[in-house]
Amino acid sequence: MISYIKMKTIDDKTVKHVAHLARLELSDKELKLYSAQLASILSYISKLNEIDTANVPPTSHALTTLKNVFRKDILRKSLETDEAIKNAPASEGDFFKVPQIIESTDRVQDEGK
Amino acid sequence: MENLYSLAAHRLKELMVKGEAAPSAILDQVFSRIEKFDPKIKAFVLANKEKAKRSVNNPTKLKGKLAGIPVLMKDNICVKDEVTTCASRILAGFKPPYDATVVKKLEEEGAVLIGKANMDEFAFGSSCETSCYGPTKNPWDITRIPGGSSGGSAAAVSADETILALGSDTGGSIRQPAALCGVVGLKPTYGRVSRYGLIAFASSLDQIGPITKDTEDAALLLSVIAGYDEMDSTSVDLPVPDYTKALSKDVKGLRIGVPKEYFIEGLDKEIEAGVKAAIELLRSLGAKVHKISLPHTEYAVGTYYIVATAEASSNLARFDGVQYAFRAGNSRDMIDMYIKTRSQGFGDEAKRRILLGTYCLSTGYYDAYYLKAQKVRTKIREDFDKAFKECDCIITPTSPTPAFKIGEKMNDPLSMYLSDIYTIPANLAGLPAMSIPCGFSKSGLPIGMQILAKAFDEETIFRAAYTFEQYTEFHTKKPKL
Amino acid sequence: MSVKYETVIGLEVHLQLATNTKAFCGCSTKFGSRPNSQVCPVCLGFPGSLPVLNEEAFRFAIKTALALNCRIQELIKFDRKNYYYPDLPKNFQISQYDMPLSYNGFVDIAAADGRRKRIKIKRVHMEEDAGKLIHPKGENYSLVDYNRGGMPLLEIVTEPDMNSPQEAYDYLTKLKSILEYLKVSDCDMEKGSLRCDANISIRPEGEKKLGTKVELKNMNSFKGVKAGLEYEVKRQVSVLEDKGKLIQETRLWDAEKGVTASMRTKEEAEDYRYFPEPDLVPFVVDKNEIEKIRETLPELPEAKAGRFQKEFGLSDYDAGVLTSQIDLADYFEECTKLYPDAKAAANWLMGDIMAAVNARNININELGLAPAALVGLLKMVDSGSISGTMAKEVLAEAIETRSNPEDIVKKNGLAQISDKGSIEEIVKNVLQKETKSVNDYKGGKKTALGFLVGQVMKASKGKANPVMVNEILKKSLGE
Repeated sequence: MISYIKMKTIDDKTVKHVAHLARLELSDKELKLYSAQLASILSYISKLNEIDTANVPPTSHALTTLKNVFRKDILRKSLETDEAIKNAPASEGDFFKVPQIIESTDRVQDEGK
Repeated sequence: MENLYSLAAHRLKELMVKGEAAPSAILDQVFSRIEKFDPKIKAFVLANKEKAKRSVNNPTKLKGKLAGIPVLMKDNICVKDEVTTCASRILAGFKPPYDATVVKKLEEEGAVLIGKANMDEFAFGSSCETSCYGPTKNPWDITRIPGGSSGGSAAAVSADETILALGSDTGGSIRQPAALCGVVGLKPTYGRVSRYGLIAFASSLDQIGPITKDTEDAALLLSVIAGYDEMDSTSVDLPVPDYTKALSKDVKGLRIGVPKEYFIEGLDKEIEAGVKAAIELLRSLGAKVHKISLPHTEYAVGTYYIVATAEASSNLARFDGVQYAFRAGNSRDMIDMYIKTRSQGFGDEAKRRILLGTYCLSTGYYDAYYLKAQKVRTKIREDFDKAFKECDCIITPTSPTPAFKIGEKMNDPLSMYLSDIYTIPANLAGLPAMSIPCGFSKSGLPIGMQILAKAFDEETIFRAAYTFEQYTEFHTKKPKL
Repeated sequence: MSVKYETVIGLEVHLQLATNTKAFCGCSTKFGSRPNSQVCPVCLGFPGSLPVLNEEAFRFAIKTALALNCRIQELIKFDRKNYYYPDLPKNFQISQYDMPLSYNGFVDIAAADGRRKRIKIKRVHMEEDAGKLIHPKGENYSLVDYNRGGMPLLEIVTEPDMNSPQEAYDYLTKLKSILEYLKVSDCDMEKGSLRCDANISIRPEGEKKLGTKVELKNMNSFKGVKAGLEYEVKRQVSVLEDKGKLIQETRLWDAEKGVTASMRTKEEAEDYRYFPEPDLVPFVVDKNEIEKIRETLPELPEAKAGRFQKEFGLSDYDAGVLTSQIDLADYFEECTKLYPDAKAAANWLMGDIMAAVNARNININELGLAPAALVGLLKMVDSGSISGTMAKEVLAEAIETRSNPEDIVKKNGLAQISDKGSIEEIVKNVLQKETKSVNDYKGGKKTALGFLVGQVMKASKGKANPVMVNEILKKSLGE
């Protein structure tokens, strides 16, 4: 395969960090494999640097003309509580139930009492 | 008399009008095909015979444009109270409390939903091999892949296990399997069909579309599923034409663009020959063929794998074991539960794409990857804007190779990604594109050609494709099972 | 000699918009319903669901931005803020990052020296609210209610322009006043429809560089914000005076203990991986439309205060107080329509009535005293049918028993006797009985008049018009 302008290639540490951001845990074997595969994909992707995009506006929507799509402030039927939680792996009463939350550096929030 | 299961929906409609076919007979035949061949093909992840029978036996439901016609849903389209999993362990047992808009539209027109089709997990793949249910086989050669990600839908139509099917297309997921299975597959213009109820892969690229036995069926099915939906901000409020009226048998004066960047090294010689012969045929029928250039084509795959995986990494964040489906056991706390659930619930390719997408969006890399890709996306769009000043439609191969062997590319994700090289640009530009059969390789594998048109000009695609079908028989060929 | 420190404060207010339905779906925004009963596939983030923006929420947002003197962004887009938390159903929040709805606004407050101080608004943007977590005591799990999830929020962020906890308090009061005028939110901190976080740092006076910033959360009232900030100022000063080092961290205000406590340190920068929300299209409000919306803005507190000064001759201070709450201003204006002496009405409102309102911690409209009823009372004073002192008592009773002042006066026969003949009759009787005092008075002991007035008032059971009693007495005594 043709080699393109090398961007900073991705190392195990970065892959580990990214995995944590995505709430994934990788075995050593996976880490090795993904690091290598991602590095090869990223090296292919670095091809994009051949294009000068200095004054090019980004496209985030395929239809550039579509704008101002709203809905009216009108009530629609909600799900019944039972229907809302019937798929839940764990629930208690009318609530979804989750394991205890131990604050990490990820986020703090003002919780209701 | 012909077997009902092998007929296109528009033919079955005619027979039903004449009283020569009954919905129950069609359904019985289709299910006997499923029972006989699906253990080999594995196109279905769920065949709901009882439910289908109930609809067929309910005369109030059998009204409309698709009355009594069996339709297969890709497993990423939500059907109320029916297991919908995206072929992923992480959605095991998930029963959506609502119907996708396309499902509602189909049922309003009398269609009979027969089940769910296999796919690559979360539509991540071009071979249908990443499914948690195992791979679907290509009906033309069961040692080969059917293409993906809508491999189940395409294989089922090809093997006459359904009359119509819906797939979804983010980078070629309808067109590539259609080409590899010898059927018709259309990715409509972005915004033409509501995405509400389609479990998102990459929101700015996804579209639901028909996979059918011929062009007329694709037009018929699109007429039913297209249209504005107040539940989808990105669906477009334009009138829906009756696409079946666009099926003229005439291409006189039609300007066909042939981009030089699509006929390059890496393209299978037989495919190149097949597509070029097809273009010749259309020229002989009065079309005008123009050489055009889409100079940024070679950047499409790279652009796509940034945009699509970035969006996917965010869309798939919700699968965390809190509200529905799979949750891993034995977790110490919330974060541990997230990590265990997601690590056990997602397959390899899903993890790879989530990692890639997360990386492209993360601090320090956003500008270099995501923003850069969005800008290149603009360049790719502009290529098409320019090209469509010179032509009415563009014809290219759909896939660089015919169906490859199962397992052949599983350990080389990049080469797998490159198999979407011809289909990805239409998604990036939001354009309609359809694959139709245009030949066979010497070894008997189907070859597809892709027809692209301007946004919301599906009619031109239908016109070219329908005319082509009138003079060829590729679309009528069936695999020997 | 110790260094003098300057305090630098910036505030971040989250405001729930008072729409009928949520930001991106048709679920109700009603407060206090059964858990998970106001949810649907969209606000639960179920796979396959898509957001569609509530037009009214957007209009409220633009209105608010204009009222806060912000510039409206030419192309408004939404972004996804990605992070994992169980109150966030999609594990991303639809918010706005680099192209917020509006930016560069300001709110003017009255600074300590009485002059106006401008607090710059950095940005006002829209986002969706998260659900609510409940942590049962002593259990190792949590419960989630998504009714609040997806409610439309405005985030109003100031520049670090406030230099004391009092200024922060004044800013919040002013902001709330404007928001109430706009009727875009019920601004109820107890229900969480208005929430406030603060950034606070200190630096030696004269220093240009900002000090180490502390993010302060968990303040449940404006007073709490002020108290929390006051505590932080003291804490930070004492850390620096002890030659310690401040760290960038998030601290929570504990209203009960009256202290702030560290929640976490910000060692690792958060990585929200913002990117444009592909499921929503961009929004453009053209200049004409902005002007149209601007025209629908109500008269805001400052404009109203100016008009009150001009129209009713009120002082700057009085006009400011009366316009600080829309309901109070409306009440006052209603009174002026029924009653010509606006200043008297203003005095009563700002005096006894506001005292009653504040003591009860209610809104003036909940007092049970209609403007017409208050005006009725004022008219009784003017006509002399009751005295000013008595009016105060009547007012207190009217508020206490939620009844009409005129009815109270009638029922208790409190109306003042201002009929000349009746008073003359009483005076005559008193003078006949109190001959000693009459003689004293005539003998030059002028203080005897006071005694006689008292006797007349007593005989009239306090109802005689004291001014007339004085006059008639003096006349009868031959002056």
